[in-house]
Amino acid sequence: MIEFVIIKYNYWISIVLMMIGMYGMIAKKNLIKKIISMNIFQVSVFLFYISMGKVKGGTAPIYLPDVTLYDNPIPHVLILTAIVVSISTTAVALAIIIMIQKKFGNIEEDKILEIMKKDD
Amino acid sequence: MIVYIVLIPLLTALITPILGMFNKKTSFYLALLNAFATFFIVILTIKKVYIYGPEKYWFGGFEPPYGIEYVVDSINAIILFIISLVFIFSVIYSKKSLEEEVENKRLTLMYTMINLYYTGILGITITGDIFNLYVFIEITSLSAYTLIAMGKNKKALMASYNYLILGTIGATFILIGIGYIFMATGSLNMYDIKLRLPAVYSSKMVRTGFAFLTLGLCLKLALFPLHTWLPNAYTYAPSAIGALLAGTGTKVSAYALIRILYSVFTLEFDSKIIPFNFILLILSCVAIISGSFLAISQKNLKKMLAYSSVGQIGYISLGLSIANLNSLQGSIIHIFNHSLMKVSLFFIAGGIFIKYGYENINELKGIGRKMPYTMFFFLLSSMSLVGIPFTSGFISKWYLILGALEQSYYLVIPVIIISSSLSFIYLWRVIEMAYFDKKEDTMHDVKEVPLSMLVPIGFSSLLCVFFGIYPKLPISLAEQAANIILGK
Repeated sequence: MIEFVIIKYNYWISIVLMMIGMYGMIAKKNLIKKIISMNIFQVSVFLFYISMGKVKGGTAPIYLPDVTLYDNPIPHVLILTAIVVSISTTAVALAIIIMIQKKFGNIEEDKILEIMKKDD
Repeated sequence: MIVYIVLIPLLTALITPILGMFNKKTSFYLALLNAFATFFIVILTIKKVYIYGPEKYWFGGFEPPYGIEYVVDSINAIILFIISLVFIFSVIYSKKSLEEEVENKRLTLMYTMINLYYTGILGITITGDIFNLYVFIEITSLSAYTLIAMGKNKKALMASYNYLILGTIGATFILIGIGYIFMATGSLNMYDIKLRLPAVYSSKMVRTGFAFLTLGLCLKLALFPLHTWLPNAYTYAPSAIGALLAGTGTKVSAYALIRILYSVFTLEFDSKIIPFNFILLILSCVAIISGSFLAISQKNLKKMLAYSSVGQIGYISLGLSIANLNSLQGSIIHIFNHSLMKVSLFFIAGGIFIKYGYENINELKGIGRKMPYTMFFFLLSSMSLVGIPFTSGFISKWYLILGALEQSYYLVIPVIIISSSLSFIYLWRVIEMAYFDKKEDTMHDVKEVPLSMLVPIGFSSLLCVFFGIYPKLPISLAEQAANIILGK
């Protein structure tokens, strides 16, 4: 059992990070903390992709005359795109939070819900 | 040539803010030009596809398993057609409605995001590469978040924020799913994956990947238990945006689900190796009934329409889960019809909101006499939503019932009938208020909506009736698509 955990430690790390992110997104009331949890959640997937591309005994995918075994570069390139997407999502979310702060006066979810209920 | 379908909206989105700096009026005309140019190319492409078979484009000339491939075949031809048609209506409608609802200085950037959103939905429809699909899903969602946040009501901000959180969870699940499938097959091209997957169907990796992919797509599709982001987002967005999202957003996700279920995986995997189709069948039935019930309890007109969308999405996924020729045909025709119906109903709700300033159903007394044309079109579209014969809603429900009978899922038939009568109830409330309530609201001197809003409303609701009387076009398009899905 311990061996099972140790050998596949990279997957365990991404599972643990993912659950931390999920928990934060559900449980935290502060909107910015939610966004930070969302980032942790996304980073766990990035780590999953990056470790997926590793080939045992392979080196960085740069051509060298005496090397035959390379890591798979495709997941790494894919994750570059996903990082860009993640950054823009964060930027949009933060912009929306600024607007929320301006209009509602705070960024605690339960207080905002109270204000919204009062308006109805 | 098909690459221009994505390229034109993308370039328009880039040009819009630059020209907007000099003259703000250009952004609307650019969007309109973009809509008509794309529609023209889509029509030409569809014509080619039906004569010569699937059209393909390889990016940079790299062959499919290595490069990104764009494909138009019979399945996405019909989706492309309806999306580009609905986009033309939305752009024409948006001129007056955005001027009323959004600050003037933001209009140029609004049109930039609308064009970007259009790029995203067209990209999802046209791409043959599974990672490209994820990127386009994110482009679509990111522009949708910003567009929703522009709503006048401050609740729009929270609606947009909630959509952002749930949408990102969905998109990240799709990303994990793609990762698992890439691990199992080493390929990202949909057709290549379809060839390589059957050898590894028994692997847990593929099953986990399938679970993540379908869960993420169902979140984007707003299938019943995952629908919570949809009603607020559609209600508080600016009217033109709400209509555009209701007409295209979920439809494109439904199409992506079709692709994943039947073009990446196979019918055998979905229904025999794992019981996904059966789960989807039950979820769809729950979605149909509960969406209609939730719609009845709403006071806000737009929110009622949004909950009715939740129910109607159930019809689409119902057809996918039964998976025979008739039901798939019904499902694709329903994507087509529901797009038209919901766009027209949301247009009308937006028009009432702009003219009246409020949208509670109880306050719409005697509106049928003040806005005779608008409410007549409302009547036409609601008839279609209920599924009265000689309207387009009847055709799709008919095919769904035929499909269910063929597979002897008899329980589906009462579900469809109950939901139709429920939708009759919630739409009747509006019509009763509009025509039969004697007390007139004398406070407001309301006139008909302006012509630039009435034309898209009229066209979309008349098309609902037109495709009910002459259903040959959507039926023949959907039949070819269903045949491809079933591999005939």
